[in-house]
Amino acid sequence: MDHLLQQILTGLANGAIYACLALAVVMIYQAIDHFNFAQGEMAMFSTYICWSMIAVGIPYWIAFLLTIVVSFTAGIAIERIIFKPIHNAPVLSHIVVFIGLLAIFNSLAGAIWDHTIKTFPSPFPEGSFGGLIGLHEVGMFFVTLLLLGAIFCFFKYTRVGMAMQAAAANPDSAELVGIRVGWMLALGWGLAAAIGAVAGMMIAPVVFLDPNMMLGILLYGFAAAIVGGITSPGGAVAGGFLVGIIENLAGTYIPAIGSELKLTVALVLIVTVLLFKPNGLFGKSIVTRV
Amino acid sequence: MSNILDVIGLEASYGPTNVLHGLDFSLEEGGVTTILGANGAGKTTTLRAISGMVTRSGEIKLDGKELNSLRPAEITREGIAHVPEGRGTFVRMSTEDNLQLGAYTRSGKAEIAEDIERVYSYFPILKQRRNQQAGTLSGGEAQMLAVGRALMLRPRLLLLDEPSFGLAPLIVQELFEILKKINVEDGVSMLLVEQNAALALELADHAYLLETGNIVISGTADSILENETVRRSYLGY
Amino acid sequence: MTTEVETNTDSRLTVGSKINIKWVGAFIILGALLPFFVEGYTSFQATLVMIYAIAILGLNLLTGFNGQFSLGHSAFYAIGAYTAAVLVYHLDWPVYVTIPIGGVVCFVAGFLFGLPALRLEGLYLALATFALAVAVPQILKSSHLEELTGGVQGLDVFRPDVPAVLPIDMDQWWYLITFGIMLLMFWVAWNLINSRSGRAMMAIRDNPIAAASMGINTSLYKSLTFGVSAFYTGIAGALSAIVIEFVAPDSFTFQLSILLFIGLVVGGTGSIWGAIFGGLFILMVPNIAEEVSTGLSYAVFGVILILVIYVMPSGIAGFVNILRVRLRKIF
Repeated sequence: MDHLLQQILTGLANGAIYACLALAVVMIYQAIDHFNFAQGEMAMFSTYICWSMIAVGIPYWIAFLLTIVVSFTAGIAIERIIFKPIHNAPVLSHIVVFIGLLAIFNSLAGAIWDHTIKTFPSPFPEGSFGGLIGLHEVGMFFVTLLLLGAIFCFFKYTRVGMAMQAAAANPDSAELVGIRVGWMLALGWGLAAAIGAVAGMMIAPVVFLDPNMMLGILLYGFAAAIVGGITSPGGAVAGGFLVGIIENLAGTYIPAIGSELKLTVALVLIVTVLLFKPNGLFGKSIVTRV
Repeated sequence: MSNILDVIGLEASYGPTNVLHGLDFSLEEGGVTTILGANGAGKTTTLRAISGMVTRSGEIKLDGKELNSLRPAEITREGIAHVPEGRGTFVRMSTEDNLQLGAYTRSGKAEIAEDIERVYSYFPILKQRRNQQAGTLSGGEAQMLAVGRALMLRPRLLLLDEPSFGLAPLIVQELFEILKKINVEDGVSMLLVEQNAALALELADHAYLLETGNIVISGTADSILENETVRRSYLGY
Repeated sequence: MTTEVETNTDSRLTVGSKINIKWVGAFIILGALLPFFVEGYTSFQATLVMIYAIAILGLNLLTGFNGQFSLGHSAFYAIGAYTAAVLVYHLDWPVYVTIPIGGVVCFVAGFLFGLPALRLEGLYLALATFALAVAVPQILKSSHLEELTGGVQGLDVFRPDVPAVLPIDMDQWWYLITFGIMLLMFWVAWNLINSRSGRAMMAIRDNPIAAASMGINTSLYKSLTFGVSAFYTGIAGALSAIVIEFVAPDSFTFQLSILLFIGLVVGGTGSIWGAIFGGLFILMVPNIAEEVSTGLSYAVFGVILILVIYVMPSGIAGFVNILRVRLRKIF
């Protein structure tokens, strides 16, 4: 029983990582109405930037904030420079551009900072909570919740938040109520990049910093966001924790599955959830009237 | 009475295809003008051109101010509210949020709240559905929401694109009565594009008939209604 | 939900149009002669291009023409490849037979996968297909199936000699076989798209509710399309196993799915002949990127991708279409 609890907590700890990333994924989705596959790589790149700042002696929290600002700006720049010219192109073409971005960031990071694994500091004290779960993981959990709260309030209670959702959902109508859709998209990208940066900086202390650190996790982040329901930031976070726990329990308790098939199992379980709840556990179904 | 809208030599195109071939028309302040015509005549394109949503050339003046180079969001800020073809509601958002978005460019929470209540007084059914997703509204309700959202701008000019489309006759009647009320009580000028000529001519004071991108007939609504030849050949009744 | 598929190239290029005999004829003749004028390695590469083209066409049938977004086609490619490999390696079956069998096995797999996938739309379907793409290589590697699949090491596939009658070498022979198969499959696809079924498929993509209300059995069509799409990709996989003479799990990772997807978009969704350009692109461009800069090869590839989309947002087929319209206006 104790062992089960331990596994659940470990799952929660991993889940915090996925939840963090899932939030970034949902954010960009709310803003631009589709997934940005390059999200993880951008987050990784941001984390490296922070690492460089710390390496030259800038204190952690200042580096943290600067990185957020830089990422926000970069997100806006990427949208305006790369996506604006092609915004009339079909969705599938956009996805190819995301893939291109992914490749660029991944490769550049490796070239600039090389492929040796680096450690990244945690702002939280070392040690664990009763020997069960690390303090960093606990800290991550709270940061994620904080972010979630901020995003929730942003979308629900601010004009800009609502405008952003409107711009993503129906750009023509949004223009007709006076929303400058182009800038809303750019803002969405900026925010998503900023959130991704936070996610990266939270995750790096656990998984260590290397150019490929996000590739595996991003998938879990997507899966978590989808299983939670892509319209629901809270769902995404819940999804993250769920995915973390399921993955860990499956790996530990089902003998046929070693660590090699952990990922597969997690995905299969998620797909099964989707078969019963096609909009995710907490997603709202969108009624289409003909 | 001055003109709230002056359009001179308006041309518009979709990609390589020219759809409007130089339109000239005006709208008196406080008046209702309707643009009639068959499918494909270019009625919707005309409204979209005024709103800046298609490639256009020519002069479009709102109360003397040139709009031709402005982008759609800016044109809205000048006071033109466009109720698009197909309603254009934000389907995932609630009815009330749709109305709130209509007031996006305005400030003054109290006034906005007042205006929302005004819209509800015009369209009580919307108040009942205030927290429902706009995508679940019926055709008539969605149309009312679209008009309501446009009103939230406190527009000087209201562009309406086929508001009667797909709606039951009774609902359309109701809607047009409310539009009349809005025009008279609030002084909102209206440019109405319609296929339902009878209804449009009842509401409007002036009418233009569009045929494949050209204005072929213009005159007061009454004179067109009285002119049997025009009615028979162009309006079909 | 905007992972809906939009295509800007389809109807004008394929539906209702007649096969342009001049272009197609020229293509067939030049294509058939190619291997006799180039080195063996180039024939081999051209064969790979054609194999990719068949796989991409499979993906196109599902995503471009039927609007179901799949990130999982590397799985079907793998299944086709391993079916061929296993039949040859363990059961000594003649290689030629394994090609259609690989296709059929994949058809069944695709159809079966398509059934539960009916409930999923857009990005949920993307995730499910992604799960498939990730699962298959892991299953292939797993120790439980090692005896059958060769585990991480994979299996060798032995090609029989070229029939003695013919005075050509192995590369040329398999080039011609692949060329023939490709022509056949393109022709079948073209007929499918221009038939009632094809129109039904596209109707489902463009407006599923309307399609259903017209009496189209959308569930059946969607699952069948999955099956047919998998069939094509499976045939490509089987061919690849034979031509490369080897299969191993790491050749069929998720990255292959991404490459096929890229090939689809660059070639042009909703275009049949675009698949050839797609295949050419995904074979050549990664190598070119590598040559430009080994350390930054991915970055170069990414930049090329973005530039290509920038210049040709609807892929090569879309670009050609736009050119055609412009040229027609001039002349």
